[in-house]
Amino acid sequence: MGIRFILMVNKQGQTRLAQYYEWLTLEERRALEGEIVRKCLARNEQQCSFVEHRNYKIVYRRYASLFFLVGVDNDENELAILEFIHLLVETMDRHFGNVCELDIMFHLEKAHFMLEEMVMNGSIVETSKANILSPIQLMDKAS
Amino acid sequence: MAMHGMRGLSVFISDIRNCQNKEQERQRIDKELGNVRNRFKNEKGLSPYEKKKYVWKMLYIYMLGYDVDFGHMEAVSLISAPKYPEKQVGYIVTSCLLNENHDFLRLAINTVRNDIIGRNETFQCLALTMVGNIGGREFAESLAPDVQKLLLSSSCRPLVRKKAALCLLRLYRKNPDVVNVDGWADRMAQLLDERDLGVLTSSMSLLVALVSNNHEAYWSCLPKCVKTLERLARNQDIPQEYTYYGIPSPWLQVKTMRALQYFPTIEDPYTRRTLFEVLQRILMGTDVVKNVNKNNASHAVLFEALALVMHLDAEKEMMSQCVALLGKFIAVREPNIRYLGLENMTRMLMVTDAQEIIKRHQAQIITSLKDPDISIRRRALDLLYGMCDVTNAKDIVEELLQYLSSADFTMREELSLKAAILAEKFAPDLSWYVDVILQLIDKAGDFISDDIWFRVVQFVTNNDDLQPYAAAKVKEYLEKPAVHETMVKVSAYILGEYSHLLARRPGCSPKEIFGILHEKLPTVSTTTIPILLSAYAKILMHTQPPDQELQSQIWAIFNKYESCIDAEIQQRAVEYFALCQKGAALMDILAEMPKFPERKSSLIKRAEYSEADTAEQSAIKLRAQQQPSNALVVTDQPPANGATSPVPVGQLSLAMVPSMITTEDHTSTDPASSQQNGSLTKVDPQHPSADLLGDLLGPLAIEGPPGATVQSEHNAVSRLEGGPDAVDGSAIVPVEEQRNTVQPIGNIAERFHALCLKDSGVLYEDPYIQIGIKAEWRAHHGRLVLFLGNKNTAPLVSVQALMLPPAHLKMELSLVPDTIPPRAQVQCPLEVVNLRPSRDVAVLDFSYKFGTNMVNVKLRLPAVLNKFLQPIPVPAEEFFPQWRSLSGPPLKLQEVVRGVRPMPLPEMANLLNSFRLMICPGLDPNPNNLVASTTFYSESTHAMLCLIRIETDPADRTQLRMTLASGDPTLTFELKEFIKEQLISIPTAPPQSPAPAPAPAPPPAAQATPQIPPNDPAALLAGLLS
Repeated sequence: MGIRFILMVNKQGQTRLAQYYEWLTLEERRALEGEIVRKCLARNEQQCSFVEHRNYKIVYRRYASLFFLVGVDNDENELAILEFIHLLVETMDRHFGNVCELDIMFHLEKAHFMLEEMVMNGSIVETSKANILSPIQLMDKAS
Repeated sequence: MAMHGMRGLSVFISDIRNCQNKEQERQRIDKELGNVRNRFKNEKGLSPYEKKKYVWKMLYIYMLGYDVDFGHMEAVSLISAPKYPEKQVGYIVTSCLLNENHDFLRLAINTVRNDIIGRNETFQCLALTMVGNIGGREFAESLAPDVQKLLLSSSCRPLVRKKAALCLLRLYRKNPDVVNVDGWADRMAQLLDERDLGVLTSSMSLLVALVSNNHEAYWSCLPKCVKTLERLARNQDIPQEYTYYGIPSPWLQVKTMRALQYFPTIEDPYTRRTLFEVLQRILMGTDVVKNVNKNNASHAVLFEALALVMHLDAEKEMMSQCVALLGKFIAVREPNIRYLGLENMTRMLMVTDAQEIIKRHQAQIITSLKDPDISIRRRALDLLYGMCDVTNAKDIVEELLQYLSSADFTMREELSLKAAILAEKFAPDLSWYVDVILQLIDKAGDFISDDIWFRVVQFVTNNDDLQPYAAAKVKEYLEKPAVHETMVKVSAYILGEYSHLLARRPGCSPKEIFGILHEKLPTVSTTTIPILLSAYAKILMHTQPPDQELQSQIWAIFNKYESCIDAEIQQRAVEYFALCQKGAALMDILAEMPKFPERKSSLIKRAEYSEADTAEQSAIKLRAQQQPSNALVVTDQPPANGATSPVPVGQLSLAMVPSMITTEDHTSTDPASSQQNGSLTKVDPQHPSADLLGDLLGPLAIEGPPGATVQSEHNAVSRLEGGPDAVDGSAIVPVEEQRNTVQPIGNIAERFHALCLKDSGVLYEDPYIQIGIKAEWRAHHGRLVLFLGNKNTAPLVSVQALMLPPAHLKMELSLVPDTIPPRAQVQCPLEVVNLRPSRDVAVLDFSYKFGTNMVNVKLRLPAVLNKFLQPIPVPAEEFFPQWRSLSGPPLKLQEVVRGVRPMPLPEMANLLNSFRLMICPGLDPNPNNLVASTTFYSESTHAMLCLIRIETDPADRTQLRMTLASGDPTLTFELKEFIKEQLISIPTAPPQSPAPAPAPAPPPAAQATPQIPPNDPAALLAGLLS
């Protein structure tokens, strides 16, 4: 199934974006997010970017105050996911220009639109930044 | 600006951001929820813009972890909005908030379908994405054809088609039948010719899901994957937008290599060579560069290439290249690479011969066990666990023990379980095993589950030499100042049973032993006291000559606990006290525990269980399942299970505890007294103590197959009572002498039949040995590997394996060692060459000795006719000329078969398919007929096409007419008889299974071919066809 969820969480542990590709109840989400955020935030720069948690493997990357956490199956290619996170960040960067936590917070819908173009059903659909951003640009033009 | 207008949303978000604490946040959110709820109530006044705004607020609140139990209808209703911005929000929020079983989704199916089949491609994308994310079975049923059409359409733009591919993947997971469409595999192969990388990326994900379930159907995609990979690796025709730091889409490269890992092998030499060239370039050409992202991306590709090389069992040279790379990786500074190096090295353990090279890195791996990063430590632990064998067990286990004292809490349980399992599996000698477990209990008592100490007790009980050693050892531990309660339990048990063996040593008199034990009593919990009481009773019994002082001391203790509030303790105290008064009778009842039957370790079972909890199928796991090399521990059925054990319960318990009969004789009391005996000797599973000791003592002593010591007694009983014969006669060549006293586990005939259809599994199993088999067939050659696994803690000796091949098979069995060491597994390759067509079956005459038992079985080997078949589809334009050119006997034979096992036609088609006869649908206009084709390989016939036609009678499923044609008369005859056997016999019922070698075809099939009545329409058709 590949990617199970994508989370963006800040240093204080506040969720800035959550997208799940499998159904979890609200309670399960809360518990899961709490556990993995605690685990990942406690790690330092010298440690690797992968954390095993229950049946998931969490691949995470930190950009300034924001953590990107991607939950995948146990046999997903970890480095490919790690760079996929970076692709996501670069894509947001291209759109917002020097993207920061506030951009994602106040433009949650745009972050969702981008993700929607990049991942579907837990699989990667598109990796070309131009293609990912073209629907958003069209919409911005139209309005 | 579509979203900039949503000021209300921005205000709300900054309010939330400004909240000082969780409480304030909750208040603000409750306020907003109330507001939104109110606005939705008088929905009429809401503009689409407002609706959109409120729905986003809902999503925001939901994301923060608050329940939003209203407004779902409003979100769903936005889907049918005419304008894109509203529609988009509707789709996205719906797929975030609702799950596939939500009722509201059903309401939207029609709108969704209209969007999918409509002309507006942006709407199509939205709808496909939502269905792809949360579509359920109903969506699969109503939308699959439309989605397929979009995916394959040449007029659709890539942006729609890439979404259609992943949408179809979702629908396929919900209902696999959506792609069970004729020719889907071909269309899938065409899709892989796609130039657009977006569509190709999604299609590759779809392919991975399809091949992981059924690679056979998608062979034609294999060369396409290799071509794609080549295109990417050589950077041919890759748009700039799809290269990532100079690397052509690393994600697509990874996906493609993942797809290739689901095909078992690559037959075509050209494709294989091309792929290996590409892989070689990746292995050699990946350098470490400064840029982190580029480095990661290229190593993502490299690690996937490593996995693929391992999967393909490449040439030795390439393999050692891989191990060398991994060896380098586990020592680098970059933690990600170190982690992945360890992870992939663990996977590499499954590759034959790799283990030895990996062992060279043992020191480095042990260093990683002390890495500051827990993720890396876990990988190192897994790898050490996997690479452990008899040669390095001592080193590895000792490292684990050492690490245990400093390991973090979260890892201790796993660590101690793994150390215990390794110690048990690979102990060079049993005293070492006892040492390890006692150290484990000493260092990490809290994490030592009961099964671990139960298992020690079992080993000690079964090995006389070990008893004094273990007793002395536990005494040492007990003398330490702080002792874990588990240590008290195991010590009490062992000292109770065996401390009398030490009686002559200084400090080991019964009185002293009692003193050491009794000192602990005030510190232990109520679960341990009963064990101490039993130990006291036993010590007292062993005190020769009787020691009055000790006796009164112990009696006083029993007396004291007679009024204990804990029922278990009370009962024991009362019983032991009463028994002590009986003098000689005590001796019988408190006699040493009998030996335990050999059985699978519950630890190992537990380890398997915990490994089996991730359900997702993966290439690696599939591979692991196909590898019977760990068949010793991975048995597919519990060997000591009462249900499968042919030993009736009553007989065994009688044989095991003769003392019970004696006590009943002279105590002449009511049944309650034998109940007491039960609790004393602890074989009564109903007794409360069974909860504590159950795994060790209760059910085991009753259910398990008999231990070696009671073998003869048990056998006498089963003969007397006319119990089932020890060996499944039908599974064995008629000359079999029925002298085996060892019962096989499972049905030998069933195992054989199962292996006729698959290529790996268990051929034979009994309490001492398991014989697994793994086979590979290529044309007329076969390579089988027999895995002989000793399940015991004692060696199997005089092992002999003799092949009795039929005349048509040339078989060479490599040398089988005379002795199989305890808990070891030996692999014996067996080469098979098929000389000519025949249904005769090869037999393996196998014997070994365990203790005094000589076991001899004759096992049929699944080197049967159908293994030399290769299914081949034959198109109509080739079939009919062939069919006509083979005109009549002896090349074409026809027979009416009666007594056929009635089955529906699809089932018959499946049966034929499973024997590698490929059903060619559509060739025969009559729906009641089956036409199949296959190629047979032997040295005399080479590859020879066989055509089969089966005409069934819908009114009478027990008869059919079969016509067979091939270019070789013997082949035609043999194949006809073979198929007939499959159709009339019930393969799993032993009495009907065809007897091998000497016996000719089974009787019901041997009827003469009667004439076909002329009014039979099928016959008329046959005339036309021939």
